[in-house]
Amino acid sequence: MNQRLGGEILSLTLEHIELVLVAIAVAALVAIPGALVLTRRAGLRRGMVGFANVVQTVPSLALFGFLLPLPFIGGIGKHTAIIALCLYAILPILRNTLVGILGVDAAVRESAVAMGMTPQQILRQVELPLALPSILAGVRIATVTTIGTATIAAAIGAGGLGVFIFEGIASVNSAMILAGAIPAALMAVLADEGLEWIERRWSAV
Amino acid sequence: MNPAATAVLEIRNLSHRIGGRWILHNIDLTVAPGETVVLLGRSGCGKTTLLKCVNRLLTPTQGEILFQGRSTAEWDLFRMRRWIGYVIQDAGLFPHWTVAANAGLVPLLERWEAPAIEKRVNELLETVGLPPSEFAARYPRELSGGQKQRVGIARALAADPPLLLLDEPFAALDPITRFELQKQFQTLGSTMQKASLFVTHDIREALMLATRIVLLKGGAIDLVATPANFLAGATDEARAFLASLEEGWSGGG
Repeated sequence: MNQRLGGEILSLTLEHIELVLVAIAVAALVAIPGALVLTRRAGLRRGMVGFANVVQTVPSLALFGFLLPLPFIGGIGKHTAIIALCLYAILPILRNTLVGILGVDAAVRESAVAMGMTPQQILRQVELPLALPSILAGVRIATVTTIGTATIAAAIGAGGLGVFIFEGIASVNSAMILAGAIPAALMAVLADEGLEWIERRWSAV
Repeated sequence: MNPAATAVLEIRNLSHRIGGRWILHNIDLTVAPGETVVLLGRSGCGKTTLLKCVNRLLTPTQGEILFQGRSTAEWDLFRMRRWIGYVIQDAGLFPHWTVAANAGLVPLLERWEAPAIEKRVNELLETVGLPPSEFAARYPRELSGGQKQRVGIARALAADPPLLLLDEPFAALDPITRFELQKQFQTLGSTMQKASLFVTHDIREALMLATRIVLLKGGAIDLVATPANFLAGATDEARAFLASLEEGWSGGG
């Protein structure tokens, strides 16, 4: 019995990690380039950040529910959950990338332009390195949040540690709930610490 | 081929408008090699705007600016900027680059070989009074304000540009450091034969460094004079600046 439970915890943990990693990777691929475009367009920026803010306020269980009946992106299973997790992860990454790049000292940017750097060179050699700690902080916040939110993905059949939690709730079994909650919490703490370490190491200044 | 070819910089009938407001009116100005032309004026008189029109950080609304006899609109923008040294008040060094990397920025952009860049940077740091053995590997956060500005000047000189633009480069420094840097700039100016366009609101600095003072008032040229002639106070605005000089002295006691 114990061995069976141990094996199940391991496989659900791996599934959980998979959900989170895919969601964060896709969110970063959308949010970071998106933010780079938005740094050059103030009007569009207000609109997009507003939209991302609104998405963030939708309760996660409701968002999973909304996505279910949609064609192509909806339905029972992993991909629906990943899309929902992505939508949540985009905002912190987008916002932190914007803050990091727009926060580059005006005198630094003016010098870069006046010394004859091209916009590409300014982005790659000045703005991105200086914004990196802020971008990484965004990824860290998004990852920690997503690890928590991903437990709800079990409600639409995406698997992960939420499976234990929902089963535990249904069968009024606290041990079962903890079997899902404790690994998820540990995972969140480890991700937070690990990503913070990377943030410090990679910080350009 | 061009009668103005001896001037490094020639500004012809320049006017600039920001929003609905004219910031500069019909400016005519030339700067020759070895000359330090100081743009003197109160805050908001348009002196910084004029400077930024030269390297096209701002695109002038009307008129023409010739750099080395060629309109700045015809130059390859990035090439031209690399050929015009630029020094601003806060230095604007890249915080994530070492002193040596900061000073060697323009040669790097111009794709010099690494040993050539290193040689040039060492030479320049020596010139601006920062021994490379001690300073080359430091980061800007490890420098004082005066040292940062020395790096800023080294960076501006790195590719040996014929023209320097300086926007109140010493305004944020303490008086002693400022005086040191002013003296050093004076020596550099006379030995290197650069054309310099130097913005300041400090009449003392203008009198000390200028070969010619161009006094701006409300976006137009009020007076052009050598420092010696400026002391005659030919216009109200010139007298206002000279009065501030005298009151500064008596007020100090």
